[in-house]
Amino acid sequence: MDFNLTEDDLMIQETAADLAAKRIYPNAEKWDEEGKLPQDILDEMAELGYFGMMLPEKYGGLELSTVTYNCAMEELSAACAGLMITISVHNSLCCEAIYRFGSEELKDKYLPDMAAGKIIGAYCLTEPNAGTDAASIKTSAVKKGDKYVINGTKTFVTNGGLAGVFIVFAVTDPEKGSKGISCFVVPKDTPGIDIGAPEKKMGMKASDTREISFTDVEIDASNLVGEEGTGFKTAVILLNNGRIGVAFQAIGIARSALEEALKYSKERKQFGQPLCNFQAIQFKLAEMAAKIDGARLLGYRAAVMKDEGKNVAMESSMAKLIASQTANWVVNEAVQIHGGYGYMKEYAVERYFRDARVTEIYEGTTEAQKMVISRQLLRD
Amino acid sequence: MLLKKEHQEFREKIRAFALEKVAPHAATLDIEQRFPKEFLPMLAEMGLMGMVVSEDYGGSKVDTVSYSIAVEELSRVCGSTGITIAAHNSLGCFPIYKFGMEEQKKKYLPRGTKGGELLAFGLTEPDAGSDAGATKTTAVKQGDHWILNGTKCFITSASHAFASIATARTSDAPGVKAISSFILEKDWDGYEVGKKENKMGLRGSDTAFLHFTDVKVPLDNQLGGDGEGFKQFMMTLDGGRISIGAMALGLAQGAYDCALKYAGVTNVNGKPLGITSQAIQFKLADMATEIEAARHMVYGASQMKDAGVKFSKESAMAKLYASEVGHRVAYEAIQILGDVGFFTNHYPAERILRDVKLCEIGEGTSEVQRIVIAREVLKSVLPEK
Repeated sequence: MDFNLTEDDLMIQETAADLAAKRIYPNAEKWDEEGKLPQDILDEMAELGYFGMMLPEKYGGLELSTVTYNCAMEELSAACAGLMITISVHNSLCCEAIYRFGSEELKDKYLPDMAAGKIIGAYCLTEPNAGTDAASIKTSAVKKGDKYVINGTKTFVTNGGLAGVFIVFAVTDPEKGSKGISCFVVPKDTPGIDIGAPEKKMGMKASDTREISFTDVEIDASNLVGEEGTGFKTAVILLNNGRIGVAFQAIGIARSALEEALKYSKERKQFGQPLCNFQAIQFKLAEMAAKIDGARLLGYRAAVMKDEGKNVAMESSMAKLIASQTANWVVNEAVQIHGGYGYMKEYAVERYFRDARVTEIYEGTTEAQKMVISRQLLRD
Repeated sequence: MLLKKEHQEFREKIRAFALEKVAPHAATLDIEQRFPKEFLPMLAEMGLMGMVVSEDYGGSKVDTVSYSIAVEELSRVCGSTGITIAAHNSLGCFPIYKFGMEEQKKKYLPRGTKGGELLAFGLTEPDAGSDAGATKTTAVKQGDHWILNGTKCFITSASHAFASIATARTSDAPGVKAISSFILEKDWDGYEVGKKENKMGLRGSDTAFLHFTDVKVPLDNQLGGDGEGFKQFMMTLDGGRISIGAMALGLAQGAYDCALKYAGVTNVNGKPLGITSQAIQFKLADMATEIEAARHMVYGASQMKDAGVKFSKESAMAKLYASEVGHRVAYEAIQILGDVGFFTNHYPAERILRDVKLCEIGEGTSEVQRIVIAREVLKSVLPEK
């Protein structure tokens, strides 16, 4: 087993860490408070290639491996998880949907602009009554000649207000259950799309989350991604990517929380000595570090296997499960170490606490990961 | 748990009031980060602002079990209202009632109890949190008054309280022996309310710094004698911890109410979540069990306080356990709700998780409670110092 990152991995990681330190971390508190990202950081990141990280060079992408991509994602998340998820949804769900499953025509039409950050993607799967049970979506796509007509409502859509294209999952054959679901690329300017107000949420406030409604939205049949009825399978495979991404997001948040806690425990004096002299604090720090490293190794395993072309359904779920639980445990201990200051917004751990919460929820809840893992275990 | 009839009736009364008058505003207070001054007259009228004070001073003195029930039921619908009431009663009224001279009680308590004005407690300082003995604020006697200088931080209701109790060093003696306490009025020169804190939760409650610059405090406003401050606030916090436990209990109950209802009405494949998922059933079972255990501990410590026996260990245990239960229950409630749980405008669980986190920090972090408990339990086996 090789635990070393390649030179490419290290270079990309270092570049991302540098951007995070100079441009992202110093603004993260403000973006959280304002509940949005300014256009200039998105433009700057587009310039640097962050919107086409895994796409081939011929579309203007950086063609990074899953491992390298996630090294960069950890760095972004360590500085601002809300920004990271904006980038991550675009890359690992939206660009990948078109690149892995779309026609040459769709790839040529959308990927260059997506890689350049001119078009941002949003992923529309979840519905008010279809969360963990994604196969029970109700949004419909009815074929009429060479068009599809889409009707339905998608909730909690990340990048909903920033997106130029929506990757939409809809039912094309209600008789076939999950095999009757198809995936479409829907440009934002198509008539009949209603973009809701930004949702208020606990954390990840720099990211944009909205409800998107489709009323008689007519798109060309060529906007179908893959074949009719393959949408659910597409969603499942993409979520494997997404789960590795959320694992590294959680790891990034946790790592930053540990760094803040370490720093604070050395500076803060109570009872005549630094907090880090107390065994209760030392043991918390030790466990935080051990758990983070454990989670990161699971993340690397899933990413390496994915790059080797293997099925990573179980491994990506394991990485996400452990990393998200670790992150929530770590941020809580980091707040405890900060005491009253940890409850205040001037201290970054307050934000990490709120940001970490959703990592156990989105791209499949912890319970959904356990379903995936146990199903796999019991099958073997 | 089985309660006396009087406690059951008291709970029903407070629950009805909380549902009718407080619950409808809870979400707005959090989002607007607004302290509900308009609540105070009705809270006073319900007797909720003088629960630890006798009628002689405008109070509605109830036993500690009832007081815990009141804080629990208010917090069940609104954590910000819960903390405001808990801090006012336990930290504001209690020390004056317990340690004050007749004149001080007459002067300050009625305004706080039936008058509906808040009292605050200034103990924590920027460099004296868990280590409250490290207080730096000073009080120097000059003729017929004391001169106070110093800064207090994270003070609940600081901007709205008409008076606050503050600890300060009255001699050069090291450690806790030099700490005394004083009652200060907001209108006095040099008494300045500082920056309002932007907090994770309890955003409807008011938290700010208090800065004292050469505040002239009449000798009559010293609470108790020189050097009695430490003993006083330890006793005050023993009671305060029960109320934070009660608050955590109420928040836990609120989160559980929300998750339970969701599991009963949300259909997956035509059946409620509570039928289709054993994982959800087990979560609810754990939540209910832990809440019940926390309630026994909070009420148990309350009964000990009423019985007049030492309850430092039990109040620390109740606070430690109830606040960690509150955190776990609110956390799992969000998990049961799934996606929608993370969002603010749909269900209260998200707000409750942010609110309840304070219970593991305020009036002594969980680590401080463990210090207190460990010290008590180890007494029996360790030689005396």
